[in-house]
Amino acid sequence: MQLDERDRKLLDRVQKSIPLTGRPYLALARELGMSEDEVLARLKRMKEAGIIRRLGGIFDSRKVGYTGTLCAARVPPEAVEEVARVVNAYPGVTHNYLRDHQYNMWFTILAPSEARLREIVEEIKVRTGIEDILELPAVNIYKIFVTFRMDGVGHAHGPGKGDS
Amino acid sequence: MLTDLEREIVKRLQDGLPLVPEPFAALAAELGIGEEELLAAVEDLQRRGVMRRLGAALQHLRVGYTANAMVAWRVPDARMPEVAAVFAGFHEVTHCYERKTAPGWPYNLYTVIHRPERNECLAIIERMQQAAGIDDYVVLFSTAELKRTSMRYFCD
Repeated sequence: MQLDERDRKLLDRVQKSIPLTGRPYLALARELGMSEDEVLARLKRMKEAGIIRRLGGIFDSRKVGYTGTLCAARVPPEAVEEVARVVNAYPGVTHNYLRDHQYNMWFTILAPSEARLREIVEEIKVRTGIEDILELPAVNIYKIFVTFRMDGVGHAHGPGKGDS
Repeated sequence: MLTDLEREIVKRLQDGLPLVPEPFAALAAELGIGEEELLAAVEDLQRRGVMRRLGAALQHLRVGYTANAMVAWRVPDARMPEVAAVFAGFHEVTHCYERKTAPGWPYNLYTVIHRPERNECLAIIERMQQAAGIDDYVVLFSTAELKRTSMRYFCD
């Protein structure tokens, strides 16, 4: 899907916030010189095209009551697919990337309690046979990503606490 | 920590704000409360920092940010706040987290950069290294995104 100028303008704006008011799309429309129908139609299209991953609340996992960690696993290349299948099946695993390093699989886990977090890490070790998994929980968050400007510059905010 | 109503609000808002002219009225009706009550509760969640923002999260692989470099730095404890502030000051750095170390893994500060090109990431990392004077670090470029979703709370 090709984004036009008005799509980009709208994306820049809705990444920052959606007004907390009865007619939020109308408020956005007035700000951007569009109609409410146009805002709704463009947002629907970009959501269906997968450009907008989610349009909703973005929460601080710790303040919601969750705990989490970043994990780095050393996975033999031939086992990557199978290990990823096991790891990714957990709803609490929100991000998983392969990276150029001996520790090649990096994933985050969020869980409603410390006990459940421990259980998930142990289960992953047992089910994949991968023993070498570093656990690197966050102790301090100095900066956290908020939005991407559509002209190619990232915006971030900080400091704060939260996430894994 | 959160009231039952707040948990229900989190559950619904994490799935998305309906794309209809009066989305809060629609959600309030589902929850069996008034629109004003819902808006007040959402404002309160935001004020307390439980909700960072109500907004759009983009799929960045599709908007040109293909190279993602995480750098793990080994920072002396006494220099941590100062070095973290230097790194956080780089507008290209989207995340800057202090993390616990692990056996055989002494790195304690993590920064993430998303740029269109790998070389751009490396140039930024070099500037960061020089600005902070930290020489012990590991660059971890992503080679594949295996999963990237938003957490769904209170569904497990």
